[in-house]
Amino acid sequence: MKILVIEDEPAMRDVIQQSLEKENFLVEVADNFRMAMNKIVAYDYNCILLDIMLPGGSGLDILQELKNMDKTDSVIIISAKDSLDDKIKGFNLGADDYLTKPFHMAELNARIKSVLRRKAFDGKNVLEAANISINVDDRTITIAGVPVTLNRKELDILIYFIVNKNRLVVKTALAEHVWGDYADETNDFEFIYSQIKNLRKKLKEHKAGIEIQAVYGIGYKLVIL
Amino acid sequence: MKLLNHTLLYLSVSLLAILSIWAVVFYFDMLEEVKDSIDDGLENYKMLLIYKAQDDPAMLQSSELGENNYIKEISPGYASQVRDTYKDTMVYMKRQDAYEPLRLLTTAFAARDGKYYEMKVISPVVDKGELIRKLLYALIGLYLIILASMIIVNNFVLKKIWKPFYNVLDQLKDFKLGAPSVFHSSKTRVREFQVLNDAIGSLLMRNLETFNSQKQFIENASHELQTPLAISINKLELLAEKNNRTEEDVQIIGNIIKTLEGLTRLNRSLLLLSKIENKQFIEEGVVSFNKIINRLKDDFSDLAEFRNVKITSVEKGEWTNTMNRDLAEILVMNLLKNAITHNYSGGEVAITITPLSFTIENTGEDVPMDNDRMFERFYKKSAENSSTGLGLAIVKAITNFYGLSVIYRFTGRHSITVSLQQ
Repeated sequence: MKILVIEDEPAMRDVIQQSLEKENFLVEVADNFRMAMNKIVAYDYNCILLDIMLPGGSGLDILQELKNMDKTDSVIIISAKDSLDDKIKGFNLGADDYLTKPFHMAELNARIKSVLRRKAFDGKNVLEAANISINVDDRTITIAGVPVTLNRKELDILIYFIVNKNRLVVKTALAEHVWGDYADETNDFEFIYSQIKNLRKKLKEHKAGIEIQAVYGIGYKLVIL
Repeated sequence: MKLLNHTLLYLSVSLLAILSIWAVVFYFDMLEEVKDSIDDGLENYKMLLIYKAQDDPAMLQSSELGENNYIKEISPGYASQVRDTYKDTMVYMKRQDAYEPLRLLTTAFAARDGKYYEMKVISPVVDKGELIRKLLYALIGLYLIILASMIIVNNFVLKKIWKPFYNVLDQLKDFKLGAPSVFHSSKTRVREFQVLNDAIGSLLMRNLETFNSQKQFIENASHELQTPLAISINKLELLAEKNNRTEEDVQIIGNIIKTLEGLTRLNRSLLLLSKIENKQFIEEGVVSFNKIINRLKDDFSDLAEFRNVKITSVEKGEWTNTMNRDLAEILVMNLLKNAITHNYSGGEVAITITPLSFTIENTGEDVPMDNDRMFERFYKKSAENSSTGLGLAIVKAITNFYGLSVIYRFTGRHSITVSLQQ
C-alpha cells in the first residue's frame, strides 16, 4: 500500500511518516505544491494525505488535478483550519475524508484504513483480526464464525483497536473517537475503563484470538494471541 | 452634585459676599453724599437768613427764627472765634414730642447795626435705620433677581453649551470594550469640547486597537501552539511504542503526555473563548435544549456510571432558542460535566427544563461557590484538580453572547440556571 503525505510542516510530516511506516505502508512525502503535483501526475497512490495550505499553492488545486486526471487515489484532507467551507469544497472535489489538525495517529490510522476498505476491490467493508471478523457497514461481528452481540460503544472501541492493532492507543485518542469531539472536556478518561472491561469479558467468553492489554496507565494495545 | 449646580452654588455664595461688601461701601458713600447735600442746603439757608436779617432787623431780636433756628447777640471777640461748624445733634421736637436727629450749622455774622450775632440753623437728616432697611430690601431683591436669572441662564443657556460634554459623558458611561459601539463626537464650536472629543476619540480608538490586537494575539498564539503540542504528543506516543521500554520509561512518557494533553485542553478552551468573543460562530439555528440535554445525558452516562452519580431529568416544557448549535452543546456540556465531576460517589444530578430555562442541580461539597468569581477565567476552588478553570468562563461567554442569564444558587445543592433574560 502506497501513501503520499503532502504536508509542509517537517515535524508533522515526520511523525505521520513514522507512524504509517509502523503500519507497513510505503510512505512518500511532498513538502510543497510543485513536488506534490509532480508526484500525483507521475505515480498512483492508494491514499493521499493532503494539507490544504501549502507553499506554492492550495491543496484544493491538487484535488482538482486528480479529478481532471480521473485518478482514483483516495484523499484525506488534513487541515489546520476547521472550516466548513474548505470541508464542503474538498468533498465536492472528491476528497474521501477530512481530518482537522491536530489529531492522534491512531485516528489517522482509523481514517486511512476506513477509506482503503471502502475502495477495496470486493467492495465488502470487512475488518478481520485473528478469528474475528467485523462487517463495518452492517455493524455485525463474528468470533470464530459465531455471531456476537456488542453494544455501540464496545463495537466502536473494538474496531478502533483492530485498525490500530499492535499499536499503542492512548486513552485520549480512544475517548475522542468513541465518545465524540468534546469527550476530552471530561479531563480524565477513567470512565472508558468500564466499557473496555465489558469488551474484554465478551472477547474472553467467545475465545477471541485477540487481547486488549493495558499499557502502564497511558492507554491500551490490541495484540493477536 | 451636577456641574451646573456646582457653579451656581459658588456663584451665589460669592455674589452674596460681593453684594454685601458693595452694600456697606454704597451705604457710607451715600450717607456722605446726603450729608454734603444737607450741609449745602444749610449753607444756603444760612445765607438766606442773613440777607433777610439785614433787611429786617426785627428778626435779629427774636431768639427763634422759625422752628428751632436760633439767633443771639454775641461779643465781637467771641464772634471772631466762631467758624461755620456743622454737627449732628439730637433736638427735642415739640411737634413730634421726641428727639430727632438733626444737622446743626453754627455761624456768626455782623449785622447792619454793627452788632455781632451767632446763628444756629438746623435741618432734618435722613433716618439711618430707615435707609439701611430700605437698602437691605433692595439688595435682597437684587440678589434674588440675579439668582433667578442665573438659574434660568444655567438651565437654558449653559445646558445648551455643555451639551457636547454630557453627550461625551453618556457615551463613556455606556462604552464597553469589545462591544460594537463606536464613539460619536457631537459637533461643537467650543474649543475645549473639541479638544476633549478628539482626545477621547483617539484614546478609545487606541484602547480598542489594543484590545483587538490582544484578542487576536490570544487566538493566534493558541492556534500556533496547537500543532507543536499535537506533534509532541504524537512523538511521545511513538516513543512509548518502541520495544524494550521499561515500565518506568513508559510511565514517565505517559505523564508527559498527560501534561501536554492538559495544555492542549487549556489551549483549545482559550481558542474557543476568543472565537466566541470574536463572534466567529456565525451560523445560527433553532436549537432545542431538551434534545441537546437528552443526548449529552446519554453521552455522559459512562462517566456518570463510573463516578457513581445518578442523572435524572424533568421536562416541564421544551426550550428552543436561536443560537449556534455547537455553542449550545458546549454550554450544556460544560455545566453537565461540572455537575458530574464535582460530585461524590452516590451523588445526584437533577436537570429541570422549562419553556424558558434549564437548571442543572447537583450534590457536592457543602460549601457554596464564590458567586462573584466562579465565572472568572482560571478561577479554581482547589489547585489539585486538573480542570482548566475555563469551563464556567466559557459558559459565561456563551450566555453573554446570546443575552441569556446564568444564575448560581446554593441550597445545600449547587444549582445553575440558564434562562432567557426577561
